[in-house]
Amino acid sequence: MDTDILLSMTGIDKRFAGIPALSAASFTVARGEVHALIGQNGAGKSTLIKVLTGYHRRDAGEVTFDGKPFEVASPQQAQANGISTIYQEINLVPYRSLTENICLGREKRRFGLLDWASMHREAENLLQRFNIRADVRRPLMEFNTATQQMVAIARAIGFSAKLVIMDEPTSSLDEREVGVLFNVIRQLKQDGVSVVFVSHKLDELYAVCDRVTIMRDGRTIRTARMDAIEKIELVSSMLGRSIEKTEGHATAFTARDEKNIGKVLLSADNLAVGQIVQDVSFTIRSGEIAGFAGLLGAGRTETARLVFGIDRLKAGAMTYGDKTFEPRRPSDAIAAGMGFCTEDRKSEGIVPDMSVAENMMLALMPKLAKSGVIDEKAQQEIVKRFIKQLGIKCSGPDQKVRELSGGNQQKVLLGRWLAMNPRLLILDEPTRGIDVGAKGEIQSLIKSLADQGLAVLMISSELEEVIEGADRVFVLRDGISVAEFGRAAATEDALMGAMAHGNAPAVAEALV
Amino acid sequence: MTRTRWISLLGRYGVVVALLLLVLFGWLRYDYFLGFFNISSVLRYNSMFALVALGMCFVIMTGGIDLSVGSTAALGSVVAALFSPQGVWIGLGAGVGAGLCVGLVNAALVTRLKIMPFIATLATMLAASGTALLLADNQSVSVSYDSGFTSIGQDNSFGFPIPAWIALAAYIAGWIILNFTSTGRGVLAVGGNEDATRMMGLPVGRIKFLVYFASGGLAGLAGVILASQFGAGQPIEGVGWELFAIAAVVVGGTLLTGGVGSVGATLAGVLLLGILFNVLNFENGKGWISLSAYWQSVIRGLFLLIVVVLQAKLAARGNAAVRDH
Repeated sequence: MDTDILLSMTGIDKRFAGIPALSAASFTVARGEVHALIGQNGAGKSTLIKVLTGYHRRDAGEVTFDGKPFEVASPQQAQANGISTIYQEINLVPYRSLTENICLGREKRRFGLLDWASMHREAENLLQRFNIRADVRRPLMEFNTATQQMVAIARAIGFSAKLVIMDEPTSSLDEREVGVLFNVIRQLKQDGVSVVFVSHKLDELYAVCDRVTIMRDGRTIRTARMDAIEKIELVSSMLGRSIEKTEGHATAFTARDEKNIGKVLLSADNLAVGQIVQDVSFTIRSGEIAGFAGLLGAGRTETARLVFGIDRLKAGAMTYGDKTFEPRRPSDAIAAGMGFCTEDRKSEGIVPDMSVAENMMLALMPKLAKSGVIDEKAQQEIVKRFIKQLGIKCSGPDQKVRELSGGNQQKVLLGRWLAMNPRLLILDEPTRGIDVGAKGEIQSLIKSLADQGLAVLMISSELEEVIEGADRVFVLRDGISVAEFGRAAATEDALMGAMAHGNAPAVAEALV
Repeated sequence: MTRTRWISLLGRYGVVVALLLLVLFGWLRYDYFLGFFNISSVLRYNSMFALVALGMCFVIMTGGIDLSVGSTAALGSVVAALFSPQGVWIGLGAGVGAGLCVGLVNAALVTRLKIMPFIATLATMLAASGTALLLADNQSVSVSYDSGFTSIGQDNSFGFPIPAWIALAAYIAGWIILNFTSTGRGVLAVGGNEDATRMMGLPVGRIKFLVYFASGGLAGLAGVILASQFGAGQPIEGVGWELFAIAAVVVGGTLLTGGVGSVGATLAGVLLLGILFNVLNFENGKGWISLSAYWQSVIRGLFLLIVVVLQAKLAARGNAAVRDH
């Protein structure tokens, strides 16, 4: 197989504003091969793909495709040269018909005008390969996500690509649809088309891929045949951990006193919504830090969204402080005394051009306002108290949040929720994108909040953070809570094992 | 499903229904409403707006806006009047050419310099208006009556005003382009999701360039008709035309955010607004009430609002029903 190379990328460098996103990354795909590309967030997978498809220009390195040097300046050119990409966020036009979404860019013409009849027929035929029968004249937005995904794939195949890149194509598909997709991938393979398959669901990789390339920190860590690599090795290579134990303390979390932990505040049983959360159960006690660990796409954030009422439960139940809890919208959760610091501070959290004070008061506004007028004095007092308590480094309450560092922005967000006097605080990746010093401060802050009786649900992709920070760790895998570890049992090996295999006992075998 | 289908159809073609109802109302209430003279004068006058609205419709479908069309028409009318002694075709060509020049500037500003369409065309609106006033020396420029230039706007052909035929031809061409060419489908795709369209490999820049260019040309053509119809280039005409055009496009169910639109419904929108004006004039003529031009504006505004709100409600109900199934 290796003698017939379709794509070879070597020594690829790419920097954004001086910060390396790719350093000497390499990637090879053989003809008719299904090649998995995996890595954690920020590992450089997307950048590598975007460099290949001409979305980004590489700073250094060589790309050969189909035996020739490959230089493209845009996704259009890449597509014209035989590389089609199906992006994770479906890149189609919702108002337009299925036919248009499949055929735009290579329309069929008769007498110089569009030949709708034959375009509709072609769209139907392409979709039929996925066992989808749909009225191709209807706008895309009337169909469910799975169909939209298939339309995107049909489009790529319609372009008679030599290489199809699928960026997490299964994240919105159910089992049956995944099966259909795998059949299509195998069919493509038979036709000699290569597929690059980006996914975080390890089982899927074993089901359909021939080889895997693992990336971390902008580098290519390893390429191996799927049948020659264990799941646990995949996980540890992705996370950059050797399977042997690492000693020492990597975070500012310190041991906690058991007596600070009270009785169960929130208990969630068999939560489910769509494909991404299938069966998640956990409990959080007041004064406890509960950690969610798992690979990307395991359903951690989505579970938190359910708790906070952003998405509605499809199945399962929650009790909160002895009562059934059915939040319909975030304001229900806030009224019940919950706060949620989102993973994506920029788009979901802070309002960059508003001041520290305004940002902190956003959630509290309805409470502070007396018949619509905000009590300025009460506001100033609260803001000053939190700036001091959280150690926010700013010139004053009126400084714009945009001008603060990531760590201080995070503290402003924390302040926003703490001002509400919450009983439960959900923290999604609380220290992502924050420099080391500030990270420690945030971590000690979380601990001291828990010591004061706050229940904390902490989602983190950094193993040490959950291991050292959480009193109990719940491991999610493909939308299912597969394991629970107390403080003593939560070791790197145990967590990685659960992420890879789904249950704790399997770890022991894997490590033998 | 059939009921929801009806609702969504009504939402889509509400403008046609409203137009028919209005015509029915006029026909029953006023003696000469459907008389040859009235029809012909409504068509003659509104054909200018129809041309401007057609260009606007394409621009809006890409998610943009062209505020300069009114000034461009004024400029076109002045330039056409200045060149009218040279003959019909030269006058026509000069007017359209002036419009295309403004369109070219708009297109370049929006696609090359990436300036927001609202700002770019606001600037050219002022510039075109100023140029028209400069060229006309701040007064109307009378056209040549010897060269036959006035026949474009004033004569009939096969019983209907020539401007109406021009507008009809433009709308047929527009309909074919929108529905049967890749550029036309690209216009809707760009408006629906520009990034996705770029990822799909469509020439987004070229598509956007073309719509502004064409909008300029159509506004110039409207200016030619203006000069020819009234016997003079009118540097101060065209004020508010862009708003009339936007109103007609929106009443026709085209989304201001782009991605959804119809050439036919835009024409219906133009006729609806034009005939409403006509009806108000007839009502004044009856002598029962006397509506000043200001009141007419108020009434037109209200009417516009009602149609748009009704359409939005119906479309939303239709869509919600479709999703639930």
